[in-house]
Amino acid sequence: MDVLQLLVSGLANGCVYGLIAMGFVLIYKATEGVNFAQGDFMMLGAFICVGLTNPQFMGLPFWVSVPVTIAAMGMFGYALDLVVIRRMFGQSQIALVILTIALGFVLRFIAGAIWGHEPISLASPIAGRDVRFGGLVLGLDEVFVIFVTILLTVVLWLYFNRTKLGVAMQASSQNQLAAYYMGIPVKRVHSLIWALSGMTAAVAGILFASKGSIDPSVGLLGIKAFAAAVIGGFGSLPGALLGGIIIGVIEPFAGRYMPSGYAQIMPYLLLFLILVFRPHGILAQVHAKKV
Amino acid sequence: MRTVFKTSYDADINMFQHGYQFGWYALLLIIALVLPFYLGSFWLGEMTSLLIWSIACMGLMILVGQTGQASLGHAAFLAIGAYANVLLQQRLGLPFLISFPLAGVIAGICGALIALPMARLHGIYLAIGTLAVTILVDDFIVIAAPLTNGVQGLFAPAIEIFGLTIDRYRTPMHFYYLALAVTLLVVFFYRNLLRSPLGRAFAAIRDSEISAQAMGVNIARTKAISFGISAGITGLGGALLGHYAGIFNNETFNIIISIQLLLAIVIGGLGSIHGAFFGAAVIAMLPQSIAIARDNLNWLSGSRAFSVPGMETAMFGLILVVFMLFEPRGIYGRWLKIRTYFELFPFYRKDMFRRQKSYLKTERMR
Repeated sequence: MDVLQLLVSGLANGCVYGLIAMGFVLIYKATEGVNFAQGDFMMLGAFICVGLTNPQFMGLPFWVSVPVTIAAMGMFGYALDLVVIRRMFGQSQIALVILTIALGFVLRFIAGAIWGHEPISLASPIAGRDVRFGGLVLGLDEVFVIFVTILLTVVLWLYFNRTKLGVAMQASSQNQLAAYYMGIPVKRVHSLIWALSGMTAAVAGILFASKGSIDPSVGLLGIKAFAAAVIGGFGSLPGALLGGIIIGVIEPFAGRYMPSGYAQIMPYLLLFLILVFRPHGILAQVHAKKV
Repeated sequence: MRTVFKTSYDADINMFQHGYQFGWYALLLIIALVLPFYLGSFWLGEMTSLLIWSIACMGLMILVGQTGQASLGHAAFLAIGAYANVLLQQRLGLPFLISFPLAGVIAGICGALIALPMARLHGIYLAIGTLAVTILVDDFIVIAAPLTNGVQGLFAPAIEIFGLTIDRYRTPMHFYYLALAVTLLVVFFYRNLLRSPLGRAFAAIRDSEISAQAMGVNIARTKAISFGISAGITGLGGALLGHYAGIFNNETFNIIISIQLLLAIVIGGLGSIHGAFFGAAVIAMLPQSIAIARDNLNWLSGSRAFSVPGMETAMFGLILVVFMLFEPRGIYGRWLKIRTYFELFPFYRKDMFRRQKSYLKTERMR
C-alpha cells in the first residue's frame, strides 16, 4: 500500500513535470527554439489563477477563473511572440535560449512584485479531498492531475498529427523556407504555438498550485521539467509525459530508499546518462531523411 | 581611416596590428597599475572582483565565443577550481604558488573528461548536458561533506608568496595586483591561442563543423581540448574567487552563476577578449550600480518606492533582453560600430554590420 501511495504521488508530480515539459516540446516541435522561461510561464499561470480565485485577491469562482487564466496565458504567449520573440526569427537557437532565460528573470520579478514572495496555495475545490479505492486513500487533486494530463496529451497529440494547423506547425519547423513556399504563414504559426504553449503552462500551473503552494521562484522547476523533456525524447509529446513521469516517480522512491542528498541528484544523473548513451531520448524523434 | 599595409605573412597574426594599438593597450596597463593608489578600499575590491570575473569570462569565452559550444555549466568549474585550490592548501599543505596552477589543471582535466562523452552532442543538447553537470557538482559538494565540509563551506586561508601576505581585507592592494597578474597571464595565453593553429581550428569548428572536418580538424578531440582549456581558465578564476569570497560553499557556485556567466559574455560581445572584460564589468558592477541608483532615487523621492526585492536580477534580465533584441553583438559590437562610423566618417552605411538572415531547418532529420 505504501509503495502504491508513493507511486501515485510520484505520478501526479510527474504529470506536472510532464505538462511543463510538453510546453517545451510544443515550441521546439514547431519553431526549433527552446523556451527556457517555460517554468516561469507555469508560475505566471498559477499566480494569475491564484489572483483571480483566492478570496484575499479577486475571489471569483474557481470554474470561472480557470478558463480566464488559460485564455490570458494564451494571449500572453501570443503577445510575447509578437513583440519580442519574433524579432529573433532566423537567429541561432542559443540566442533564443539566452533571451528566454533573461525573460524568466523578468517574469519572476514581476510576479514577486504583484503577488509577493510568500508561498500561496490556490483555493481550489479539488484540494484536500480524498478518494478511496478499496483500502487505498488518494488525494482527489492527485487523481485529477493525472486525469487532466493524460487527456491533454492525447488532445495535443491528435492536434499535431491530425489537424491541418498541427501539420503546418510541424512543417514550419522541419524546413522554414519550404514551409513558406507551401504558403504557410510561418511567423503567425509561431505566434500560435507560443499561445498554445502558454495555455499548456497555465494548465500545469493551475494543477501545480492546487496540489501545493507556489512562490515566484517555483519557475526553477522548469529545469527539472526540461530534464524530463530530454529524457523522454525532445520533440515528442508522449515522450515529454513519459520523461516527466519517470522523474516524478524516481524522486519519492529515491528519497525513501536512498541516503539523503541523493534524491535530488537522481533526475540529473538520469539525464546525464541518457545524454551520454542515448542522446536523443527514449522516444527519439531523429529520423533518417528519405531521399 | 588607418590602412595597415601587410608587408610580411606575420602581419596577419601579429599580436598587435599596428603601433598605435600597442600604445593604447600599454596606456591601459599603466592605468591598471597605478589605479590602486587612487582608489579607496571599496572600489579597489570592486576592481579586483571585476578582474576575477573577467578571468572566468575569458574561460567561458574560449568555449562559447571561439569554439561555438554553449555551456551552462561553468559554475561547476569555478567550484572545482575553488575547492581544489583550498583543499590542496589545507589537506596537503601545498603553498599557493603550487596549489593555484594545480587547481586550474584539475578543473581543466575535469572539463576535458566531461567533454569526451558530450562531444557528440551539439547546440541545445550540449547546453542541457552542461546544465546537468552544474547541478550534479552542486549536490555532490553537499554529499561529499567529509572532504568539502558540505553546506558549512570552506574557509580560504590568506595567501603567502615569498613571505608576502595577500589577503582580501588586510592587504587589498596586494590582492588586486595578484588578480591583475593572473589576468594578464590569461590574456597573453588567450591572445596567443588565437594566433596558433589550435585557435584557428576552434574558429573553424565554430563557423562550420562540416567544413572543419573536411579541412582535417579532429572535431571530437578539438572540442575536448577547448572544453579543457576553458574549464582550466575558469578554474583559475574560481580559485581566486574562493580567496576573494573568503568563505564559500556549494551555494556560492550555483546554477544562477552559470547562467549569469553565459549572459555576461553575451552582453559583453561573443568572440572577443574585450567582450569578456565588458561582460565581467556588467556582472561585477551592475548589482552595486543598481543599489546605488536605487538609494539615490529613494533619497530624491523621499520614499522607499524603489526598494523592491529582486530588482537586481530583473534589471539584469531586462538589460539582456534589450541587448539580444537590439545589439546581439554585445557591448564590444556596439563599440566596433561606433569606431567604424568615425573611422570612415562620411561613408558609414547602416547595413555594414547587418547579419545575414537564415532559415532554420530541423535537426531531427538527418
